[in-house]
Amino acid sequence: MKTKNRDSTIREVRSSLSEGSLTLPGLVDYYLSRIRENAHLNAFIEVFSEEALAAANVIQEKIEQGTAGKLAGLVIGIKDNICYRDHRVAASSRMLDGFVSVYSSTVVERLLQEDAIIIGRLNCDEFAMGASNETSFYGPVLNAADTTRVPGGSSGGSAVAVQAGLCHAALGTDTGGSVRQPAAFCGIVGLKPTYGRVSRKGVIAYASSFDQVGPLTRSVEDAALILEVIAGPDPGDSTSSPREVPAYSQSLQQEGTRRIAYLKEALDSPGLDSGVRQCMEQQIARLRSEGHTVEGCDFPYLDYVVPTYYILSMAEASSNLARYDGVHYGYRSPLADSLESTYKKSRTEGFGEEVKRRIMLGTFVLSAGYYEAYYSKAQKVRRLIRDALSGLLANYDFILLPTTPTPAFRFGEKIDDPVVMYLGDIFTVQASLAGLPAISIPAGNHPDGLPVGMQLIGRKFGEADLLSFAHRIF
Amino acid sequence: MTETAYSKYEAVIGLEVHAQLSTFSKAFSTDPAAFGAKPNTQVNPVSLGHPGTLPVVNEKLLEYAIRMGLATQCHIRRENFFARKNYFYADLPKGYQITQDTTPICYGGHITITLKDGGKKKLRIHHIHMEEDAGKSMHDQDPDSTLVDLNRAGVPLIEIVSEPDIRSGEEAGLYLAEIRRILRYLEICDGNMEEGSMRCDANISVRLKGETKLGTRCEVKNLNSIRNVQRAIDFETRRQIDVLESGGTIGQHTLNFDPDSGQTSPLREKETANDYRYFPEPDMPPLQLSDAYIEGIRAALPLLPEEWERKLVNEYGLPPYDASVLTESKRMVLYFEALTKETDQFKAAANWLMGPVKSYLNEQGKGMADFPLKPASLAGLINLIEAGKLNYSVAAQTVFPALLEDPEVSPDVLIERLGVAIDSDTDQLTTYIEEVIARHPDKVKQYQNGKKGLIGLFMGEVMKLSKGKIDPKMANRMMAEKLEKA
Repeated sequence: MKTKNRDSTIREVRSSLSEGSLTLPGLVDYYLSRIRENAHLNAFIEVFSEEALAAANVIQEKIEQGTAGKLAGLVIGIKDNICYRDHRVAASSRMLDGFVSVYSSTVVERLLQEDAIIIGRLNCDEFAMGASNETSFYGPVLNAADTTRVPGGSSGGSAVAVQAGLCHAALGTDTGGSVRQPAAFCGIVGLKPTYGRVSRKGVIAYASSFDQVGPLTRSVEDAALILEVIAGPDPGDSTSSPREVPAYSQSLQQEGTRRIAYLKEALDSPGLDSGVRQCMEQQIARLRSEGHTVEGCDFPYLDYVVPTYYILSMAEASSNLARYDGVHYGYRSPLADSLESTYKKSRTEGFGEEVKRRIMLGTFVLSAGYYEAYYSKAQKVRRLIRDALSGLLANYDFILLPTTPTPAFRFGEKIDDPVVMYLGDIFTVQASLAGLPAISIPAGNHPDGLPVGMQLIGRKFGEADLLSFAHRIF
Repeated sequence: MTETAYSKYEAVIGLEVHAQLSTFSKAFSTDPAAFGAKPNTQVNPVSLGHPGTLPVVNEKLLEYAIRMGLATQCHIRRENFFARKNYFYADLPKGYQITQDTTPICYGGHITITLKDGGKKKLRIHHIHMEEDAGKSMHDQDPDSTLVDLNRAGVPLIEIVSEPDIRSGEEAGLYLAEIRRILRYLEICDGNMEEGSMRCDANISVRLKGETKLGTRCEVKNLNSIRNVQRAIDFETRRQIDVLESGGTIGQHTLNFDPDSGQTSPLREKETANDYRYFPEPDMPPLQLSDAYIEGIRAALPLLPEEWERKLVNEYGLPPYDASVLTESKRMVLYFEALTKETDQFKAAANWLMGPVKSYLNEQGKGMADFPLKPASLAGLINLIEAGKLNYSVAAQTVFPALLEDPEVSPDVLIERLGVAIDSDTDQLTTYIEEVIARHPDKVKQYQNGKKGLIGLFMGEVMKLSKGKIDPKMANRMMAEKLEKA
């Protein structure tokens, strides 16, 4: 059973369940034992064991009666910043440790509606701020490919849970690469949908104009099916798009050759690890040999993407995290003795270093006298980057980039130098700034054996094309 | 300080009026916005600022703001953004207020006030913007703690910001009364300042007359009645002049007004400039308003008080004073209009509303909404007087109170039951008149010698004798005749 379901798609698991060669309670048991065996990876913050088993029994019956939903057979974990009614959600922060959500996010409601089983909540960087999972209040997640290395972040627990076979798939959130980068570090598939494709209702906000929920999976087909379920208009999120959701999982078999742009500045970047460059060159050669057009294009804004992203995301974060003030819910310092000290002490003690850094920088860039120089200018650059990318996508079907400049780095390697850490986002933040869909798929191994991810950026709401092409080449 | 010293100066006043909109649900969430519920019962996760919650604009907020903008001759912005105003306070669960910063939905309007001398003055409105209210901090409920009620958190508001065109407490009062009257006619805010559904902050500075530069202004916060706005402005104007005349300078302060002492005082010991770090609200995309949408709202606007006033003068022939009194309240003017469907005595109808009806409401502390008589009933009373079947003072003093006690009974039936209908028997009337004339031979002489005013005395006596059951017009005529001949 182990080998069988580890590499199966949801569709294949479903057919095994229908045939009776697999039972859903058995499958949940299997994942629960995998989670126990791999507790040292620290991927899960909490496992909903009994609940998952109870759901398995109910859905097993539905399968037998032919009334089960699209995702019956899917055992999925959710990142610890996605609200699930009557369940704890902490965004891996001391600030919300023990907090129970009184409502469910739209994505959770949609998963449950289609009979997915939510097996637990997954570790991540605190408030999704980080690229190594080292900022979690619950400790770092270990990369199963090499436990001395980080899994990436912020959806590190989501990536490792799928990588190590602790659940079939996971939901993460991607603000500047938080689904794609850990997927690349862990050798799995990670999709960030177009901004507005998936409702953000019930997703703890980091940077509202960037945040998107996305699946982390072992196959593109599973990513397509999960997106198909979680995507779509939501009256509870006014930034969600009213566009209809295509049946992504039914349109994966597209043919024909495609035009692909790679960014010259990216491949020539001095920060790009030579092993990663090699993987990209091999992929480009392979795509050409399969008849696709792959051309190098200029992208003069590469040096600006990281600062632009961080100015805007920190500005939004400084405001989004103001609600965690020790007054209404969440952590309150035992030393608080006035309103002001409640704020100061609770926030000082409740937030970790990286979160405080971003709140302070975000507060700074929005301050009178600095707003124009930072926030306004970054908004303008964001538009330039968006226009440049949509210009490229007018001529090409996809933009190809390495997902990350290096493979998974070691614990402690970057955590003390935030700028170095931030620069690691150089290839993921473009799509975030432009709100474009992007997918990271495994692109072979680095000479030292670590997984390398290749990223494809698609047109706005072009997930159907992006997924079918990724499915074809992965 | 002499009055001449004060008269060298003029006050320059701008008002910021917060009007709570009477929408069913809150500005950006679906929980009820109604006033008066038990504390913290109208709070869904959005109002509580729970993690992951998102604002979704209530379309009524837009519609109501546009109504007010159109009613005050504002331009309406087609592309609207919300902004976040960031600050920490216990009654602000999100740590920011959703408001509008640089792009208010309405801008560049005006209203007209009527001054005491009957003159008109146009007061400009700088802008009207949309925002959400904060919760309510209560500092006087518990000795050790401040209690917070979040029912109000997220209730929709519009802030109406005037240009600094106001020159006195009196003008400020007229401006507020007019703003409130418009809000009520539009039925978008109940305008109740005591309950806080309309609140006012006043920016006040003074300068020498003829000076064009503005002086340093002080802002008086949280004024809870029109009268207190006037008092605060009058006090603060004199205070500032006193400071300047004694050689001092005005510091820019936020002030509190104490209604008991009638004085203003600084709200905070130390003034620190707040940096609210406004930025565009990223949780809501820009709102595009189409011309058709705005024109639809314009077409559905009810008649505004000024339009009603014109209508009362032009269509019903009322004096402008009556028109302005009747239009103070929309229910009053609608009641008047209903009366005109039942009687052609328009002026008498106006008099009844401005006289007995208003006194009754004042005595009872009620509004027109609670007035028990149907228009047909009051009009019936008016018609009985006109037909000579009832005399006015009996109607006002006896029949009207009885009718209020028993609002369903028809006035015709009631005057019979009370026995106050005018006796049309002229013989009886002649008897009364002759009896009165016989009682006062000396007064009759005086009358005949030219003291015609004495007829009032004779009429009074006749009224008493008849217990009011006479037609005063006829009695007056007959009395005059008899007096001449006596």
